[in-house]
Amino acid sequence: MTITHHLGTETLMSFAAGTLPSALSAVAAAHIVMCRHCRDELVWCERIGAALLDGLPPMPLDDAAPAVPALPQIEPQNPARLGGNAFNPILRLARTDFADVAWRRIGIGLWHRPLPLQGQGALQLIKAAPGAAVPEHSHGGGELTLILRGAMSDATGRYVAGDVADLDAEIEHTPVADLGAGCVCAIANEVPTRFRGLLARLLQPWHGL
Amino acid sequence: MPAMGEGKATSVGEPDPSRTAGRILWATVQGLAMVGDWVSLRARPGPGVSYSAMTELLARIAQRTDPAAFHELYQSYGPRVKVYLVRRGVDAATAEDLAQETLLTVWRRAALFSSEKGSASTWIFTIARNLWIDRLRKEVPWQELPAAHAAQTSPEPLPDEVVAEGEVQLRVRAALAELPAEQQRVIELAYLEGLSHGEIAARLGLPLGTVKSRVRIAYQRMRAAVEDLK
Repeated sequence: MTITHHLGTETLMSFAAGTLPSALSAVAAAHIVMCRHCRDELVWCERIGAALLDGLPPMPLDDAAPAVPALPQIEPQNPARLGGNAFNPILRLARTDFADVAWRRIGIGLWHRPLPLQGQGALQLIKAAPGAAVPEHSHGGGELTLILRGAMSDATGRYVAGDVADLDAEIEHTPVADLGAGCVCAIANEVPTRFRGLLARLLQPWHGL
Repeated sequence: MPAMGEGKATSVGEPDPSRTAGRILWATVQGLAMVGDWVSLRARPGPGVSYSAMTELLARIAQRTDPAAFHELYQSYGPRVKVYLVRRGVDAATAEDLAQETLLTVWRRAALFSSEKGSASTWIFTIARNLWIDRLRKEVPWQELPAAHAAQTSPEPLPDEVVAEGEVQLRVRAALAELPAEQQRVIELAYLEGLSHGEIAARLGLPLGTVKSRVRIAYQRMRAAVEDLK
């Protein structure tokens, strides 16, 4: 898996600050655990947080340091946790063959599955049959699309599994699934997506996009 | 509490870049780092932490589960984590509880620390941030993102890595300090007050694009400041 489409600097900075809306954060996290480049970039952004933390005027503590529990041996974390998938439904799903996903048809060759989410934004899986297009849309806020299976293309390039499309509010696009295998992706939106055109408007109530 | 409370660097005494020689030179570099701490006060005045000292404390916790080392780390970072959380809108008592929990997490996971996560400060910052997201935004902690290889314990970083990371962190601080005030403001609102870029735009009455470009510029200045190091 060669990842060529990465998270943007602004997204990584928000992620590092802990302020990325949670839908976007989930998709960003799923990409970051797969992407060495973005992991390294994220640490750079976190160094900014560390520098600010170090520069804060210390606030006196009311209590003494807590007694530390005796640790006969420091246990490494459970490896199953290290991939982050215990916390990340997208990754958990990405490691299935998507057979157990309760897809709902929302158009010709197009299915979706909203994922439950606390916090801000909307998160869903989209499955597109080979050659199917997601109607042209623009977003009022940020949108992150992570390819989980197959591939898709739009005006900004071709995206394969692991790639993330980090688009901001100004961009309008019409992603098309590859002819070979189609595409399964996770899409996070900061705010509901606006579709253009009549067909899209007809679809919107079912989309929940 | 040795080597705390003053801004210090480990920038002098170029360490042997050879990793094989690294472990042998450990003690030497520790000494040089102390000299460096003293010499480079010119570079970084003001309050702060000594990165080499903090990394050494982490190594002591990881290797020997050393309660004294934990106590020192707690005295240095506890008050800062507390004020970080207060800046994010947490009440003082809860902030203190979470500061304790942050440092106890360090105690439990010290063996998982690696220089890939940046300095000790970087790691502690991420733990505090994740606790804030988890407890106070009541969101699933999406950001629990240990590197895939973090299960391998590497409690003792090589001396050249420690020195380099300390220098990196000082340069990052210096780069932030040199940013124009309006850019610093944006970075502080994001990292300290916990505002999204949209919320910052609203707070400052700026277009979202301006906020994002300031964020980008801050990042670029930081990277430029460390270009010759890594």
